[in-house]
Amino acid sequence: MDNEVLKVDQVSMKFNLMEKKVDNLKEYVIKFIKNEIRYQEFWALKDVSFTLNKGDRLGILGLNGAGKSTLLKIIAGVLKATQGSVTTKGKIVPLLELGAGFDAQYTGAENIFLYGAVLGYPKDFIKEKYDEIIEFSELGEFINVPVKNYSSGMKARLGFSIATIVEPEILILDEVLAVGDAKFRKKSEKKIKSMFDSGVTVLFVSHSIDQVKRICNRAILLDKGQLIAQGGVDEISEIYETRITDGDSN
Amino acid sequence: MSRVYNNFKKYRFLLAELVKKEIKLKYRRSYLGILWTLLEPLLTTIVLTVVFSNLLGRGDNTFPVYILTGRLLYTFFSNSTKTAMKAIRSNSAMIKKVYVPKYIYPFSSVLSSYLIFMISLIILVVAMVVFRVTPTLHLFEAVIPLALLLVLSLGVGMILSTMAVFFRDLEYLWGVVLMIVMYTSAIFYIPETLKLGDKIWIFNLNPLYVVIVNFRNAVFGNAMDMEALLLSIVYSFGSLLFGIFLFYKKQDKFILNI
Repeated sequence: MDNEVLKVDQVSMKFNLMEKKVDNLKEYVIKFIKNEIRYQEFWALKDVSFTLNKGDRLGILGLNGAGKSTLLKIIAGVLKATQGSVTTKGKIVPLLELGAGFDAQYTGAENIFLYGAVLGYPKDFIKEKYDEIIEFSELGEFINVPVKNYSSGMKARLGFSIATIVEPEILILDEVLAVGDAKFRKKSEKKIKSMFDSGVTVLFVSHSIDQVKRICNRAILLDKGQLIAQGGVDEISEIYETRITDGDSN
Repeated sequence: MSRVYNNFKKYRFLLAELVKKEIKLKYRRSYLGILWTLLEPLLTTIVLTVVFSNLLGRGDNTFPVYILTGRLLYTFFSNSTKTAMKAIRSNSAMIKKVYVPKYIYPFSSVLSSYLIFMISLIILVVAMVVFRVTPTLHLFEAVIPLALLLVLSLGVGMILSTMAVFFRDLEYLWGVVLMIVMYTSAIFYIPETLKLGDKIWIFNLNPLYVVIVNFRNAVFGNAMDMEALLLSIVYSFGSLLFGIFLFYKKQDKFILNI
């Protein structure tokens, strides 16, 4: 299929949890000699498959611990799946915890290049878009101040401005629409809307069903690592809502 | 293979940015800035020369140059492996959020140390002039031990950065290993004067020592020690291959431990 931009094929993720966390050599050697190292298997995801076409906007629903973040991390390439595969076409931009990759001692201007490089943008491209990034972030003269002196809103604004300077094929959103003050939030929502209009594929995780309904046209529901339903957003959020109320009555 | 190369090409700019960052931040808050790179080996060499040359009653005028060569190479090896060891953990915030080929982090640590080391070689040139060590054509051969030293540090750095993710106390252990390496690198003494007899081969077990030997040969205008050269090639490429193997085998598990 030509239109397919993301294919998640029977993805499973197994975590080996040590019963007691051993993170130093001394304890490891002692436990190894005593034969006390045991692992507990834990499947965060089991056999999850779905495909997305260009322009699809997928909401990922599920309670805490359902495997939503694990799934996003596997798609973003941060985690590698134990089984199964993920095929993507084009540039993925993750808007996760904006500004988490900044170096606190670096100034905003220096961080533009650093963070841009982390996201895999070429140098000339960043140079070209440099002014545009600063303008969009509204940081003005603060751009030459070390990021450690920024407020969290300023950091998020800069992170958002850098990450969204490209036209991605796949956009990963993790409840980041609440960026900065009301004014900037409007602006960032507008920017994301314009990306939607240009046919970007979106993966969106949120606990707010209203937000998911507003943004997405498709949804999947995860429960304890398993994909239990997928389809149109209204249909799935209905299933999700009934499950929540069922859970409450228990 | 070509996939790895293309990926490297894509993130070449990130590597450059990270190297730049480490050097910039290291010297940003100090008045003398990059001058420290020159002052630090100069001062320690003066101290070592006073202690080991005058007090031990050596007559050799070029002994400070001898000390400085060993000292500079050891300092680089120690700094680069120590920072590379922490590379994965100190960049955990990025590793958890965005995909980046992870070897970039230990590589950038070693490369930034290497750049600082290159600058500090200026002090060696000055010392050679002051103590009248006449350069010969053999000086060009210094490129070979210097290149092997980089390979060795990259390899050891990759091994350490992988292990440090799983074992946090490795830092202290490595400090002890570095001390052994320092005392067996013949920085401030000449192994032949130790009267070890046949047991002198024991120095050849130290991967840094064999590199220092040939660097000194180049500086003092002697031909290369072929045995030491062969050994240093084996050590450096051996550690690099093992480092790459270990790193690639374990890198998917990093994120679960940082």
